[in-house]
Formats: sequence, structure tokens, C-alpha cells
Amino acid sequence: MEFDKELDARGLNCPLPILRAKKALNEMQTGQVLHIIATDPGSVKDFEAFCKQTGNELLSHAASGKEFTFFMKRK
Amino acid sequence: MDNRPDIALIEEIVQRRLDEILPQKIEEKLAQIKALRTPSMTIIATKGTLDWAYPPFILASTAAALGWNVSIFFTFYGLQLLRKDISDLKISPLGNPGMPMKMPFGPEWFKGIDWNIPNLLQAGIPGFESFATALMRQTMKNKGVVGISELRSLCLEAGVNLIGCQMTVDLFGYTREDFIPEVQEYCGAATFLPLAQAADVTLFV
Repeated sequence: MEFDKELDARGLNCPLPILRAKKALNEMQTGQVLHIIATDPGSVKDFEAFCKQTGNELLSHAASGKEFTFFMKRK
Repeated sequence: MDNRPDIALIEEIVQRRLDEILPQKIEEKLAQIKALRTPSMTIIATKGTLDWAYPPFILASTAAALGWNVSIFFTFYGLQLLRKDISDLKISPLGNPGMPMKMPFGPEWFKGIDWNIPNLLQAGIPGFESFATALMRQTMKNKGVVGISELRSLCLEAGVNLIGCQMTVDLFGYTREDFIPEVQEYCGAATFLPLAQAADVTLFV
């Protein structure tokens, strides 16, 4: 999937993936897509909840081995 | 012509109509208000050790990331968390049976052992607390847990309100110069409580 910005959150644990994502999204424009890579297993649920609360759209998420990938569209 | 019966009839019709449509309208309006409302949270932070420093800051920063309005009221030992330099927070396993004591180094089977040191030894060995604090810091570093100074900066960046309890500032002989300048205000319980009342979530840590 195409994305406008990438966030490497590997090795970071709660609450850093969310906080970094929030910061990255703030610097983006409406409609742009953020690609996040994380290793924190808790981040899957966290990002879902984050999108639900903030109105940003979680386009897709996948797991490959120990890494979790997310594509999020800024609202 | 006598108008009163007509008015009574109109009133009755209006009343009936209102009874029919009002409940639904009120529900819709309440849902609308709820959807537009910004959730808010207040936290009262009363502890100053390394393990108790994390919950208020993590909860506050995460709530702020979700778009909530957050205020933390620091009182008693919570004031430790407002000091300029908080890289020296300590932790003590003494009398803390809930704290797992595992070594943050060595092979996996070694790291899994919970050492359960008796209180007598903990109290008797000088430097035990510093040792435990150092091990805890290493454990956190191994697991990629954010440092507490950085976490506090993230909170400030996210717009969390930090409030100091004036009474305990005086009690422990602190001055405002001991604390970070970003503290929003210093006040008492009577000023803080209305804030807590209006919040959706109030936590006591």
C-alpha cells in the first residue's frame, strides 16, 4: 500500500507507539497515509482503539513474525 | 363566542403531540451532545517512587493522544514527579511483596527466577534499594520502556495540565523554583475538586 510517511516504532513499548503516531499524524495533512511498524504486541489493540477514538482511519494491519504493520489515514 | 373550550382543546392536542415526539427528540439531542463532547480525565498523583511515577504519566499521555483533556494534581510525594530533574527516582522492594525481583541479565532460565529476598536482608544490607533501583532501570531499558523524564516531556507536549498542591509544596519546604516551570498552577483541593467533578474519569494514584 502507498503511504506518505513512515514511523518505525520497533522496540518501543506502550505508550510510545501511540504517542509517536499521534505526533507523526499532527505533522501530516488530511487524507495522507501513515505507515507504522511496531513490535509491541499490545499495539494492535491500542491502534484500533486510537483510531476509533480519534477518527483516524485504520486502513489495514498485518503481522509478519514479530513485526506488526499498520496503515493509518489521517482524518 | 366563548374561546376557552377551544384553547383547552388546543392545549390538549399540543400536550399529546409533545408526549409523542419529545422522548425521541431528547434522545437524539443527548446523543448529539455526547458525540461532540471531549472526554476529560483528572488524576491525583500522591506517590514519588519510580514504579508509581509511570501510571499517571502513561495514562495521561495516552488519554491526551486520544484527544482527551487531562489534568494531573500532584500532592504529597507526587511532588517528586514535578521536580526539574527526575532521573533519580528510586524504587524499594522492602515491604513490597508484589514486586517481582528478577535479574535483567543472563540466560533466559536465570532471568525467570523470582528471587524473593527476605525483608530482614533487604533492610539490613546497605545500598539494597539502590541496587534494586539499578536492576529495575536495567529491566526497563531491556524492554524498551520509555524513561520517566522523556515520558513527562511527552505529556507536556501532548498538552497535559500539571497542577501542584500548594499545601504540600509548603509542607515539604519546596519552592516553585524546585519544580519545572511548565506547571500550570498551584492550588488547593477546593480548586481542584470542581475540575474532578466535571471530568469523566478521576483516578487516585
